[in-house]
Amino acid sequence: MSGTKLGLRGVLVERAGRAVLQIDSLDVCAGEILAVVGPNGAGKTTLVQVMALLERPLRGEVLFDGQPASGGPLSYRRRMAVVFQEPLLLDTTVEGNVRSGLALRGVHGEEQRRRVALWLERFGIAHLARRSVRALSGGEAQRTSLARAFVLEPEVLLLDEPFGALDPPTREALIDDLDRALAETHTATVFVTHDRSEALRLGDRLAVLIGGRIRHVGPPAEVFASPADEEVAAFVGIETIAAGRVRSVEGGLAVVDVGGEIVEATTPADAGADVLVCLRPEDVVLSPREERASPTSARNRLAAVVRRILPAGPHARVELDAGFPIVALITKQSLEELGLAPGSPVVASFKATAVHLIPHRPRG
Amino acid sequence: MGLVWDGITEAFRLIFTGDAQVYEIAFLSLGVSAAATAIALVIGLSVASFLAFRAPPGRTVAISFLNSGFALPPVVVGLIVAVLLWRTGPLGQLHLLYTPGAIVIAQAVIATPVVTALSTAALQGLHPRLRLQVLALGASRWQAAWLLFREARLALLAAVMAGFGAAISEVGATIMVGGNIKGETRTLTSATVLEVQQGNFETAMALSIILLLLIYLVILSLTVVQQRRPPA
Repeated sequence: MSGTKLGLRGVLVERAGRAVLQIDSLDVCAGEILAVVGPNGAGKTTLVQVMALLERPLRGEVLFDGQPASGGPLSYRRRMAVVFQEPLLLDTTVEGNVRSGLALRGVHGEEQRRRVALWLERFGIAHLARRSVRALSGGEAQRTSLARAFVLEPEVLLLDEPFGALDPPTREALIDDLDRALAETHTATVFVTHDRSEALRLGDRLAVLIGGRIRHVGPPAEVFASPADEEVAAFVGIETIAAGRVRSVEGGLAVVDVGGEIVEATTPADAGADVLVCLRPEDVVLSPREERASPTSARNRLAAVVRRILPAGPHARVELDAGFPIVALITKQSLEELGLAPGSPVVASFKATAVHLIPHRPRG
Repeated sequence: MGLVWDGITEAFRLIFTGDAQVYEIAFLSLGVSAAATAIALVIGLSVASFLAFRAPPGRTVAISFLNSGFALPPVVVGLIVAVLLWRTGPLGQLHLLYTPGAIVIAQAVIATPVVTALSTAALQGLHPRLRLQVLALGASRWQAAWLLFREARLALLAAVMAGFGAAISEVGATIMVGGNIKGETRTLTSATVLEVQQGNFETAMALSIILLLLIYLVILSLTVVQQRRPPA
């Protein structure tokens, strides 16, 4: 990972006198995928439009390769590509659409044909090349839109909820293809979504955008394990996130190696696959260490040590070290009865069905 | 019915014998209305793009004025253009009154609100973010305009047809600013009015039929362009 490819500095965007986007500083580095998550109305689309130089902020500037993107926006736009939630295809064939941006950017002839054929193939739409876009399904249309962006070989790719309008199976297949394309091209990417699992799946870094402001930026595990504030915590759901590798899969039960510890999960996965292990804090049960041997239906029982205890309304948020960080949410009463304090040894139990595995290819 | 039949026979006789006067009148009508439509299209697309894409304040009021243009009385347009072009009027220096140029101006004034209003509706019908997508693909402002016009071509060509129809079918303003001068400013509509006034109903009917044929040929060719398969 090298220097900053695209950055925002002191950006302010107002609509009807109300600030809808206020960003002091946000960068995406070369070869990096920055996932921006936030609820609806957080300013995600405005963020993309400002980064793509499609909307001029009231204040602040966009940096390209560390330099202010001054002069006309056209030359910078021609180094980027944007995919919106709606496919926004031109009324022509699939191939005509994939070619359109290249033609506008002055790429013609053999080079154009080579690139168009390559990306039609990569996104599995080569057989639709001559079909009118009026006859495409939602998934095929969005594949066309993605191919139209990748064919430009942009220095920066901006994706604004590209899977927002798709049904789950179509979305899954398309995320796989996008993941593969991003891994091959190493394009600096800003991936905007309201879906946390999509963000975890693709993002190298996570930025949480709420109310027009970036509230937390960092590696996914950090954002989820120690969110910057309550609103971020409420949005991300305070999940435990840990990188692991599936060791084996037997009878629908995946055995995952997480930093030397074993976690069992019922999420479908392939042996040998790299995954993120996700666990909601309310699914974690804490008990005294001496009860570790007593029988229970929970498949996962890990010896852990309490690191930190934070109040969270009627609950307490207990951060544990079980060889990897785990967060548990328990009532204040349970906290008192167990007499927990930093350093206390405990057993953290959770069912295999409570563990959610997200495929995650390590990058860089 | 006899009159209609006689008119049809006379129309075909005039067409196939190559009657020089009728051809001259027909070509003048076509040329003047085509020029007026072209002017209306240039102004209409510019204003429509501004209204549809920039969404300026007061857009609804502006569009309501344009929509009122559908009912703009040609006689009123003729009067105003005539007053402007009158020798002592503000544009009198141009010496355009009673020339084909004056008819072009009057017809353009009639066609422009029609073309503009329908073009604005056509461009507003595009997805609001399509323009951003086209710019993001790397289009310059002109390239973006061309691509967006192409996307809205069905409705835009309907606007062109409506504008051309308003121009070529118009007679009140044409007579008022053109003067219906034989060999100079006589169009198919003004000639028809003259023949009716002189009681030559058969010739008037023949000219009307030629006018209808001409309109159909123009609209047919525009429709063929409109209904073509999308370009690959």
